[in-house]
Amino acid sequence: MAEPRELNPSELMHEYLRPKKKFPHLWCSGCGIGTTMGAIIRAIAECEVDRDRVVMVSGIGCSSRMPVYVDFNTLHTTHGRPLAFATGIKVARPELEVIVVTGDGDVAAIGGNHLIHACRRNINLTVICINNSIYGMTGGQASPTTPQGKIATTARYGDFERAFDLCSLTAGAGASFVARGAVYYARQLEKLAAQAIRKKGFAFVEVVSQCPTYFGRFNKFKSPVEMLYWQRDNTVNVKAAPKMAAEELEGKLLRGVLADHEYPEFTELYDKLIADLAKEGEK
Amino acid sequence: MVLMQGNEAIARAALDAGVRFFAGYPITPSTEIAEMMSVELPKVGGKFLQMEDEIASLAAVIGASLTGVKAMTATSGPGFSLMQENLGYAYMTEVPCLIVNVMRGGPSTGLPTHPSQGDVMQARWGTHGDHPAIALVPSSVLDCYRLTVRALNLAERFRTPVILLPDEVVAHMREDVTLPEKIDVCDRELPTVPYEWYYPYDDSTTDVGPLAPVGTGFRFHVTGLTHDRAGFATTVPAEIDRAVRNLKRKMDRFRREIIQVEHWNLSDAEVVVAAYGICARSAEAAVREARDRGYLVGYINLKTVWPFCFRLIQRVAETARAIVVPEMNLGQLVREFDRAVCGKTQVVPINRVDGEAITPRQIVDVVTELARPGEES
Repeated sequence: MAEPRELNPSELMHEYLRPKKKFPHLWCSGCGIGTTMGAIIRAIAECEVDRDRVVMVSGIGCSSRMPVYVDFNTLHTTHGRPLAFATGIKVARPELEVIVVTGDGDVAAIGGNHLIHACRRNINLTVICINNSIYGMTGGQASPTTPQGKIATTARYGDFERAFDLCSLTAGAGASFVARGAVYYARQLEKLAAQAIRKKGFAFVEVVSQCPTYFGRFNKFKSPVEMLYWQRDNTVNVKAAPKMAAEELEGKLLRGVLADHEYPEFTELYDKLIADLAKEGEK
Repeated sequence: MVLMQGNEAIARAALDAGVRFFAGYPITPSTEIAEMMSVELPKVGGKFLQMEDEIASLAAVIGASLTGVKAMTATSGPGFSLMQENLGYAYMTEVPCLIVNVMRGGPSTGLPTHPSQGDVMQARWGTHGDHPAIALVPSSVLDCYRLTVRALNLAERFRTPVILLPDEVVAHMREDVTLPEKIDVCDRELPTVPYEWYYPYDDSTTDVGPLAPVGTGFRFHVTGLTHDRAGFATTVPAEIDRAVRNLKRKMDRFRREIIQVEHWNLSDAEVVVAAYGICARSAEAAVREARDRGYLVGYINLKTVWPFCFRLIQRVAETARAIVVPEMNLGQLVREFDRAVCGKTQVVPINRVDGEAITPRQIVDVVTELARPGEES
């Protein structure tokens, strides 16, 4: 196999995809998941992680179909539970690079409890949450990140509930690393994903993404491109934010690294315990 | 000889049989298993995790098992209910693991500190869809040890979750036991083919294909969707049919190897008492007493409730006038006896759901009604 860094972008992508039987993929045209998959693959190549050591774990939903297409060790689990499966894999074999790909419904609704405890536990996992603000796989129902007032098939009169801010949630729950990217800013997303993979500790990356088929159609976006422009116009790079006036930042999502801490990592603590007990046993 | 608690024997056996990963959530009356594993596992290089709930516990166990580590969890009724989702995933993906469900009174929160045998059917059909099931029931502390080893061996041998179903009495009682000096331990088969030749669900040459540990170069796909032999989701009717039937087939084919039943005094028995768990202890005492009093009574202790020992019960139905089935539920396994005997003999349930164990006296009373006194012995 050639060194991944020597490949051009297209070759690199094909190097990491499963060629047989698995294409065409099931995502709609204009969906943000493919762009995110590209960013994740480039990030893995950039971090030079041996692909035999990469385990991609997902739950249920559109984003959770990503493991089907990528040539890593892949695990498509039950709805909301990928973090719990990933926890078992990583604790059993800390040498593996475990990347969880999930969506807003998967990780913030049915899997919300696993998410906050995974943050608190601080196991060296990377979570990429592709947030399209709706349940795509089941046909456009309201999710925990559907903005208040927006339309979904289960919120025909507009959603009453407030949306989760996933980055505040995970930072508050104690994640070592929290970042937000957007599909429109694919190169930044790639960098954030790489940072998350390199981070020792629980790393969470929210990807602001678009679902033109459901969220877009229900909420008067004329095209996927318009949804991407929305991301451009409604997100602000966290580095630029301090120089901006409060009115300019009103209603805007911050993009970039939002939290970065050094906390003791679970599997390292556990390995130390095993080593200490072994020493005690020798005495 | 050591004085040991049932739960302690389960944990001891698991460690001896090579379990190196435990994830669980505190729940009475199984908690001692988790507590002991949390102390002992790191001493042998293993890992213990207390998860946020039982759903996550079994998920972590399956994840760990996929990396090639022997993994288990322990719970009780309410937690076992939560585990049904990922139990189905483990059946579907054919990942070995051990689930200990210490049965307490139900439904719902029920009787946390009292025994029951109310989860027998849940252990068979608790998760949705057609699936196989292996469930073993210990009736003594020594059984707790032996059957834990056996459950782990069956899980590895047949690439399936296996359920151990002690009741609260067996799990909490203490008995003098002499643990076996040596145990037979079975480890899952590993692939011997080059990476590109490996199919995780290949059934063309064997009923149970090898399972490659994740992270060793095979890079295969695992999904809870109905999948083809490569592990990828399929909507081809022939492949779907094959996938669902194969899960059942491996269990059917090895039924005789899986089922373990202790029985005695069946040849001349007019009445047979068939029990499992702590009820089998009461049944044993009752049968001995009835025999002493001259009644022709036989004894069956079902150490394996799933798969059910249909053939044995069919044979018994040819000769015995009645089969008495004591259970600490309102009649769960007794339905299988009815199905097996097809009306050829009388099936008499004894049921108790007041949080107390069925006593030998209860069984003796029923048995002596049904059987004629034989020659005085």
